[in-house]
Amino acid sequence: MKALIKFLRKPIASSIVAILLGFLVAAVVLAVAGYDPLGSFGALFSGALGRPKYIANVIIKATPILLTGVGVAFAFQTGLFNIGAEGQYILGTILTSIVGVMVDLPPVLEIPLLICCGIFGGALLGAFIGFLKAKFGIHEVITSIMTNWIMLYLCNFVVMSDTFHKENSTSALPINTSGYTTILYNWKKSDAGIEFLNGIPWLKEVLLKTDLNIGFIVGILVAIFAGWLLSRTKLGYELRAVGYNRDAARFSGINVDRSIILCMVISGAFCGLAGSLNITGISPHAITQLAAQEGYGFNGLSVAFIAGCSTVGCIPSSLLFAGLIYGGMSVQQVMGAPSDIINIMIGTIVFFIALPGITNALADWIERRHKEPDPNEVPVAKDGTPLPKREA
Amino acid sequence: MEVSSEYAVQMHGILKKFGVFTALDHVDLDVKKQTVHAILGENGAGKTTLMNILYGLYQADEGGIYLNGEEVKIATPTDAIKHGIGMVHQHFMLVENFTVTENIILGDEVCGAAGVLDMKKARQEVQALVEEYGFDVDPDAVIEDITVGMQQRVEILKALYRGAEILILDEPTAVLTPQEIEKLIEIMHDLIAKGKTIIIITHKLKEIMQSSDECSIIRRGVYMGTVNVKETNETDLASKMVGRNVNLTVEKTKAHPGEPVLSIQGLTVKDERGIDQVRDLNLEVRAGEIVGIAGIDGNGQQELVDAITNIVKAQAGTIKINGEEVQNTTPRNTYTHSVATIPSDRHRWGLVLPFAVSENTVLERHVDEEFGAGITLDYDKLKSYTTELIEKFDIRPSGCEDERMSGLSGGNQQKAIIARMVSAAPNLLIAFQPTRGLDVGAIEFVHKTLIAERDRGAAILLISFELDEVMDVSDTIAVIYHGQIVGTYEQGTVDENELGLLMAGGGAK
Repeated sequence: MKALIKFLRKPIASSIVAILLGFLVAAVVLAVAGYDPLGSFGALFSGALGRPKYIANVIIKATPILLTGVGVAFAFQTGLFNIGAEGQYILGTILTSIVGVMVDLPPVLEIPLLICCGIFGGALLGAFIGFLKAKFGIHEVITSIMTNWIMLYLCNFVVMSDTFHKENSTSALPINTSGYTTILYNWKKSDAGIEFLNGIPWLKEVLLKTDLNIGFIVGILVAIFAGWLLSRTKLGYELRAVGYNRDAARFSGINVDRSIILCMVISGAFCGLAGSLNITGISPHAITQLAAQEGYGFNGLSVAFIAGCSTVGCIPSSLLFAGLIYGGMSVQQVMGAPSDIINIMIGTIVFFIALPGITNALADWIERRHKEPDPNEVPVAKDGTPLPKREA
Repeated sequence: MEVSSEYAVQMHGILKKFGVFTALDHVDLDVKKQTVHAILGENGAGKTTLMNILYGLYQADEGGIYLNGEEVKIATPTDAIKHGIGMVHQHFMLVENFTVTENIILGDEVCGAAGVLDMKKARQEVQALVEEYGFDVDPDAVIEDITVGMQQRVEILKALYRGAEILILDEPTAVLTPQEIEKLIEIMHDLIAKGKTIIIITHKLKEIMQSSDECSIIRRGVYMGTVNVKETNETDLASKMVGRNVNLTVEKTKAHPGEPVLSIQGLTVKDERGIDQVRDLNLEVRAGEIVGIAGIDGNGQQELVDAITNIVKAQAGTIKINGEEVQNTTPRNTYTHSVATIPSDRHRWGLVLPFAVSENTVLERHVDEEFGAGITLDYDKLKSYTTELIEKFDIRPSGCEDERMSGLSGGNQQKAIIARMVSAAPNLLIAFQPTRGLDVGAIEFVHKTLIAERDRGAAILLISFELDEVMDVSDTIAVIYHGQIVGTYEQGTVDENELGLLMAGGGAK
């Protein structure tokens, strides 16, 4: 019991409890709608983890939301609400696409160049939002939402422009193959590659049937880097001080305006990197015309909140999120239950995480219930007279 | 003590733990009817916790509460109000842009048919209440337009309106001017005469002597006994509260001033509304002396400090530190000129409350190579450095390096700021209201530290709204009125009356 109470007091407990509650609510909804909850969850798990290919796809899907999640969590820890992750992601994809189409260098140069373009795009947009907040006090949520839509239409503009439009399609031209970050892209399609892979069926399935790319590894490194930046450097210290108490930070000589801009630059850079990795890593390796927001940035918000805004926590959180989305498609195929059930589940999880202190309250409750009263103890006043015992 | 109906409130054997920390260890309180009962204790001793239990904000782990000899259960403030208990918090809970009447009836509205608010009747009721108790309050005035003293009276009216027989006042004088304090004590005695019982939480000894009948003392969560105020004196109360003999007078040797460190010429500073708050002010502080600025709040003290620390811009004039002009640069620049400032509002300007204590002690100095090479910050070094400060400045609880700053009591938070500022060994130390909200033990510590810094050779600028403090600690006393220094005196060459007259604008041309 003590171990349980101790566990409930840890920050991670609220995430785990919320996830369990999410499954519980989804089970109730499924049962009420007349579907077998256990069967549905079975389909969900086998749809996400049942084959090597599925696992690879979950990892691929997790990559962009891991990075946007890290961006959101980073900003959140320094007191900013970067709802503009979506727009920063899009600008990252746009710049990566443009440069990727126009420049063709050897991969060792092309890939870093394209990734830098994505980072630059996100950082630039972040800087703009941070600048408006620092200099004119315009709330970042307002400017973020506006830039999200500006970026969406900028993307469509680029896609439809004469220079970049791919004929008879809704997408732009793909980037040059020298910029692909898909793992062993050329080798796996060569005769030697296919011959080798024929000997290892699972690897063949993963490499040939998915766009497995370096993105997730980059994402893990970035998440660790972001955590280190926040908790082990002078810059992170200053950013957090500004986030918690802007006045005290200013009083102690920290340049608050610079900190706000810098925080948005870094957060935006992570989101732009997400965009860049999606273009270089996943076919069609091009931006496409958008009718609505793709949700990579917004899903990043959910990932960050499920992770309790810990940047490293975004790693498991993004895998969970991607697993639910990808596995959720199987729920529809196998059970016939609408995959919207996954959205209910995610919504429930985020909802319960947003209730702060729920696990602490739970721990208090358990502690009270299991507190053993001492039968020998009689309350005594200071002068030694026994006091009437308090009713339990 | 027997449970008896002679007592308005009795709390027996109250135990309250927060985690492993025991805030109250079987504390007793017996308040006779129709008396003013003071609860005295250092910051963090548990006074407010005890009252929060009585008011239903916290639940005691053990112990019983008796009102008029009957045991009662108080689980929420609503229960407390039902039992006739009212509480006026240190920080007022008023809606700034509502009128006095609206604030008083808020949550207990007078409604006519179909739940329509009957403002006319409400106003009459409030007016009747104001007249009954002889309060000088206009029921139609908007809260933001009236003085702090009046706002406090509105809080008291709010409690009376809800039928309070027992009034709890939490640090009621912390925000009041001397005249307002006098008026409050008058009101308290008036309420007693009308049959009410008052519990007042405070650590100001002078006011206990003036206002209270009995005084219960709590030291670090332990009940130390109750004394009859008529049979005791301030020194006695102070040593009971702190647990050792406290020197209420400030001891220091004569100052030996050196070269000017801070010199201000013709300084003019506007506030955010564009009104001149500091007007053509001249001031000089030399090394090895304490210059105290006496004045009533709102006469330009805040703007003066903000201009020196470069939080706001100066419209005209120069501020020189050791001969170099620093006005209209950055806060960092003031700091690098070896100026350390103890701010008046420690929560707003002084501390990052969610940060650990060890993170707070290096604000300003975190950029130094000493605390991490290059861009890294060495948290082990932070911790060992903080351990030193905790020992040297007796910050409690010891071993609080990794605790959040918000978990420390007010006095210890202030000690942490002073430790941080003094350890920078500044040439100029600005102390703005350095003892605000502190108890006598902590005040003694602050004053000793200021004098020790002076003797080290630092120039000290002390700005305080407490005239006694300025007169006791300063070597030179300057009076600020309407943004100007209207008089400068050597310590001992001027009395309270003369300074009081100047502070109120009496001597100004």
